[in-house]
Amino acid sequence: MKILNRRDFSVAVAAAILLPVTTARADDNAMEVHIDNFVFQPAELKIKVGTTVTWTNRDDIPHTVVSAGKFRSKALDTDDKFSFTFTDAGDYKYFCSLHPHMTGMIKVE
Amino acid sequence: MSGHDHGEDGVSRRNVLECMTWAGTGVLWTITGGVPRSLGIIDSAEAATAAAPGMTFLQISDSHVGFDKPANPNALGTLEEAVGKINAMPTKPSFMIHTGDITHLSKASEFDNADRIISQSKLDVHYVPGEHDFLDEEVKFYRERYGRGTKGQGWYSFDAGGVHFIGLVNVVDLKGGGLGNLGAEQLAWLEDDLRGKSKSTPVVLFAHIPLWTVYPEWGWGTEDGGRALEYVKGFGSVTVLNGHIHQVMQKVEGNVTFHTARSTAFPQPAPGTAPSPGPMKVEDAKLRSMLGVASINFKQNEQRLAIIDTPLQS
Repeated sequence: MKILNRRDFSVAVAAAILLPVTTARADDNAMEVHIDNFVFQPAELKIKVGTTVTWTNRDDIPHTVVSAGKFRSKALDTDDKFSFTFTDAGDYKYFCSLHPHMTGMIKVE
Repeated sequence: MSGHDHGEDGVSRRNVLECMTWAGTGVLWTITGGVPRSLGIIDSAEAATAAAPGMTFLQISDSHVGFDKPANPNALGTLEEAVGKINAMPTKPSFMIHTGDITHLSKASEFDNADRIISQSKLDVHYVPGEHDFLDEEVKFYRERYGRGTKGQGWYSFDAGGVHFIGLVNVVDLKGGGLGNLGAEQLAWLEDDLRGKSKSTPVVLFAHIPLWTVYPEWGWGTEDGGRALEYVKGFGSVTVLNGHIHQVMQKVEGNVTFHTARSTAFPQPAPGTAPSPGPMKVEDAKLRSMLGVASINFKQNEQRLAIIDTPLQS
């Protein structure tokens, strides 16, 4: 194992102190979408730039979350989650590539 | 049996039994002159006596190996029961088709388990993929096993017993807000595949998602399925076999018979009768009456094709 020199050590300590603050801020910028009964809920979400949206599949059937050219989750089995941080404003239409009648929208301002 | 297009039954019980090839209890569909008739529920003991001539093949679908949720905690077990039913048939079928969703999550172990059980039928199996078979990152497990000799995403055709069989793939490149999809490349191949075929050649099209629109609100249909059906319009006998909706449904349009098979894993609700098309939990005692396989018999020169849906347990 590499032994930390004094300078690296102080950086590590600073990071450890800052971490809880950073996490708290991320919580403020986190939103959730649930998949229940083959429906994205809420179907439309308005968020600020920098927000992370987390999708959770609560069905007994796998689903995906796909926005053409923007993001694509793996197949999410029951209770699996997928997160994406929106860094650009715009309208993001998305759907489940397995059950394409399932659609949703994220509006980023 | 909602969704069946029942005709008036003018066939005697004796005729029914003559058409039977399956030693189980099921609903027999016979097609004469392109018009199928439901012949009702048949008792297994009496049905076992007759074996029809001609070619019989099996359809199995939606085995969802790996599924372990409350609707059926042991989907591998019920697949094994279905294969047991097939092995107990008095007449060995010529071959089997599997209309997709072999696995639940496209894991290598799920494909291996499915193959271990299905191979116990000792039948040639012709597969088409369901959306659950293309979930692995590189989409390679299905293709490695079943894609050899196929075109595009896995479509192909073959001839058996005087019938032209066409396996189609309608679970790839689906568009948001849309249904199942065949795509331009596959449709062009299909048109070419049928070119020059005698119009008296019976045609069987099989694919995972129904090629006809069953219930678009749940995505039960194929966006460009109508295009495929245009290419087979002039043929005297066309049978379309699908899975995906985990229940028996039948429709007839002209010379085309559409039929969906039961799953061997779990039932799904009838269109619009539940909040979603997801797995339907039924009483344990009822489960096996909602799972099963289909047996299809074709008699040469008669353009007659009989589809018998057999539950695992009646």
